[in-house]
Amino acid sequence: MAKGKNRPAAEVNSGSMADIAFLLLIFFLVTTTIANDKGIAMLLPPKPDPNEPPPEVTKNDRNIFKIQANSMDKLLVEDEPMRDVTELRGMIKDFILNFRKPSIEGKELYNSLPASLRSHVNSKGKKDNSSDEPGEAVVSFKADRGTSYELYIQVLDEINAAYNEIYGQRIGLTAEEFLQLDKKDPEQKELYQQARQGIPRAISIAEPNKIGG
Amino acid sequence: MAKFKKNSNTTQEIPTAALPDIIFMLLFFFMVTTVLRETSIMVEQTLPKSTQLSKLERKSLVSYIYIGKPTKVDLYGEQPKIQVNDVFIEATDVVRFVNQEKDKLSEVERDQITISMKVDVEAKMGIVTDVQQELREANARKVLYSSLKRLD
Repeated sequence: MAKGKNRPAAEVNSGSMADIAFLLLIFFLVTTTIANDKGIAMLLPPKPDPNEPPPEVTKNDRNIFKIQANSMDKLLVEDEPMRDVTELRGMIKDFILNFRKPSIEGKELYNSLPASLRSHVNSKGKKDNSSDEPGEAVVSFKADRGTSYELYIQVLDEINAAYNEIYGQRIGLTAEEFLQLDKKDPEQKELYQQARQGIPRAISIAEPNKIGG
Repeated sequence: MAKFKKNSNTTQEIPTAALPDIIFMLLFFFMVTTVLRETSIMVEQTLPKSTQLSKLERKSLVSYIYIGKPTKVDLYGEQPKIQVNDVFIEATDVVRFVNQEKDKLSEVERDQITISMKVDVEAKMGIVTDVQQELREANARKVLYSSLKRLD
């Protein structure tokens, strides 16, 4: 027993522990991908009821902003060819905030807009060939079967960006900040609803042609 | 000078005893935040880039549909295909797949099912719309076009 007292304390060599941990760390770094579940959310239209005839389009032509894409990935916007997709955002914003002949609700909506948006309407809006009021405006996008998915997403992205910028501006946020509003938080949810009040995100995705152009 | 000399006999070693702990912490972080992929994707997946991204709210309600050119071209051909879980399906089978996925959810959540479409940029709209028509048929109307963040 006396001998044991003099024995040095038993120690596990832990110097290589870091190396082992590093090895594991690198393994996990390499083998896993951080889940990137982000994207553009869309709500598809309900399936057509076979008992009812398809609803007739009663909307005035000026209330519809038409975007068409063919199988060569060329765009036709309001019957004019367009090269640069990024121009769409501004055009759609001007289109939605046109207020050509607003109804009573439209006028109320106009009065509820912040000054920055109202000046936008006054400087660029009130065109005769554009929408009557945001509640009436519809953005229609028709793609061909041969259109690439990349262009489809780009156009959809621009349309959504235009709407989000308007929504954001209404409550004093950028489009980015508007998207990050957490709908579980009642305060932020109220802001969200306030932003969307009266301006529906009316995006119509038309069924594509069966024959490629 | 004398003042500096006084301290010169201190050891200059950095204690490394806490190093494993730090590394373990990093390790646990990565283990927790990452998800191992349970299905192997058999189609090419270069997701498009966009700016207006929104997050998925509830993961449990999400089902995935992958569309793209098969990676094994000699086996499956060059045409874009639709993959769910671990198999290729035709557009007409999408309804059945959605109903299967709906059965996994509880009664009240069935209508809230979200379909995340992971489509390769090279794919054409034809196949995507075919799937969308079937999704409408299956009453799974919430769709998320999965895409990456564009930095510009």
